[in-house]
Amino acid sequence: MAIQFNRYSAMSLAREALRGHAGWKEAWRSPEPATSYDIVVVGAGGHGLATAYHLAKNYGIRNVAILEKGWLGGGNTGRNTTIIRSNYLQDDSAAIYEKSRLLYESLSQELNFNVMFSPRGVMMLAQTHHEVRGYIRTANANLNQGIRTEFISADKVKRLCPIISIDGPRYPVLGALWQPRGGTARHDAVAWGYARACSEMGLHIIEQCRVTAVNSSGGRVTGVETTRGPIGCSKLAVVVAGHSGELAEMAGFRLPIESVALQALVSEPVKPCLDVVVMANTVHGYISQSDKGELVIGGGADGFNNYTQRGSFQHVEETVRALVETFPIISRLRMLRQWGGIVDMTGDRSPIISKTPVENLFVNCGWGTGGFKAIPGSGWAMAELVANGEPGNLAAPFGLDRFREGRFIDESVAAGVAH
Amino acid sequence: MLILRCPYCGVDADETELAPGGEAHIKRSGPGSTDEEFETYLFAKVNPKGVHFERWRHSHGCGKWFHVARCTETLEVFGSYRAQTLKPPKAIIDKIAGRRPGWAGGRN
Ligand SMILES: Cc1cc2nc3c(=O)[nH]c(=O)nc-3n(C[C@H](O)[C@H](O)[C@H](O)COP(=O)(O)OP(=O)(O)OC[C@H]3O[C@@H](n4cnc5c(N)ncnc54)[C@H](O)[C@@H]3O)c2cc1C
Ligand SMILES: [Zn+2]
Repeated sequence: MAIQFNRYSAMSLAREALRGHAGWKEAWRSPEPATSYDIVVVGAGGHGLATAYHLAKNYGIRNVAILEKGWLGGGNTGRNTTIIRSNYLQDDSAAIYEKSRLLYESLSQELNFNVMFSPRGVMMLAQTHHEVRGYIRTANANLNQGIRTEFISADKVKRLCPIISIDGPRYPVLGALWQPRGGTARHDAVAWGYARACSEMGLHIIEQCRVTAVNSSGGRVTGVETTRGPIGCSKLAVVVAGHSGELAEMAGFRLPIESVALQALVSEPVKPCLDVVVMANTVHGYISQSDKGELVIGGGADGFNNYTQRGSFQHVEETVRALVETFPIISRLRMLRQWGGIVDMTGDRSPIISKTPVENLFVNCGWGTGGFKAIPGSGWAMAELVANGEPGNLAAPFGLDRFREGRFIDESVAAGVAH
Repeated sequence: MLILRCPYCGVDADETELAPGGEAHIKRSGPGSTDEEFETYLFAKVNPKGVHFERWRHSHGCGKWFHVARCTETLEVFGSYRAQTLKPPKAIIDKIAGRRPGWAGGRN
């Protein structure tokens, strides 16, 4: 079977090393679109790909296409700062983010693709008394949810992260919410790994294929128009992050979502100096060190609607200023690159995994500034919703109806920005 | 960086002097409205990739709220106008129509 033949292993690495690496195959196929599929997934970011993967893996549904307007993983999945954690306050969030984090623990084995999951530990600094109280509350909630986190003292922060300045000029570090099994993963590899696994199971990944219209008949979805022609489907899963509003408009409804730019930057590479992830929510700075040695830095989001994947200079300034306060050692580092992604913000800062006013059209969106960590669990829950037509336990709280009912899953109280 | 003109004090203020306030011209639902009307009023967003009418506040200046017509895809600004209007003034609409010939004309 092809799956066995393409397996990556120490053996295949040795074999290829001996023949000048001439035998590696493309990781996924690029078929021509068929005229119709059982299920069409729009958006080949992590969430769309994971949805398709679990449709095939958990439900045996393989007549599936994933349509991508650009290149696979070129949206937020390839633009984020890759922080993975599950220390959320509300039970419904904790359930899906922890499911996801657990799936990350074995994702490389599951996909036979090294996603470089690195559970190095994530600390969220408490730099105001309000944050201290908030994080102690979250640590208690996590205890009840069965998620291992701990509120640690400033001394322990300093021991875990020696380059930090505890006494900081504006906001001294008072402690931190510490999740020892949080960490990072390689973002591209997550998208590529899922894509390869999907392709091996016979799903169609169709890049350079923009959806331009959604067709329905009698209130039920029948297919999409694309830049590569019309494609029919019985069910449609829209998983397009910042472009969810555009797709919803094509289908004739509105979402409680606004699209804004969030940006990140990386420094020149330096020797290892930071082996945990540090999030400073009061001053809006997020930092970790990549295996190449670059400091990967995330900042605050724009407050206005924006579809340009750029970001703006004052946010870079703001973020770097905040981080230099906390990590004086980085003050003379040069920054290499900066970029932006368009994130899909909901009012309660929680995602939407839901049915819609159009029958057989499902949406997965609203992950905003923090959905990389959720990719495996979200794909799992979305596949369940799409396959069965009804949400399972993980997805049920995240329906669109919660806005009408006032049943919010309020994570904005826990952290203003939640990477 | 965005530069927007405050229609009250006439200052060309850059983004850091202003506070964004989201979608403009939202019709308020009051007592007697249906759940659906409340949901639309409170949560449903137009969020267009293109022309957007939005609210801003000259927070580090005169402190007043005003409206802006802006393209979210290119960041082009079509103009700003006072907050005490229920819909964008004709001059702004004409300007947008000139710049965006195919524009469907404000779903607001
Ligand atoms: C700077 C930055 C830092 C971040 N940091 C973190 C972090 O540290 N931790 C964390 O957990 N999360 C983080 N996030 C959030 C995270 O990146 C996203 O929540 C997540 O990647 C969303 O994945 P997705 O698959 O839903 O969207 P995307 O990866 O954006 O995929 C959506 C895809 O849909 C495609 N698409 C759009 N419209 C169409 C159309 N009409 N037809 C066909 N295809 C279409 C797009 O091209 C895109 O590839 C960050 C985001 C940014 C921008
Ligand atoms: Zn003013």
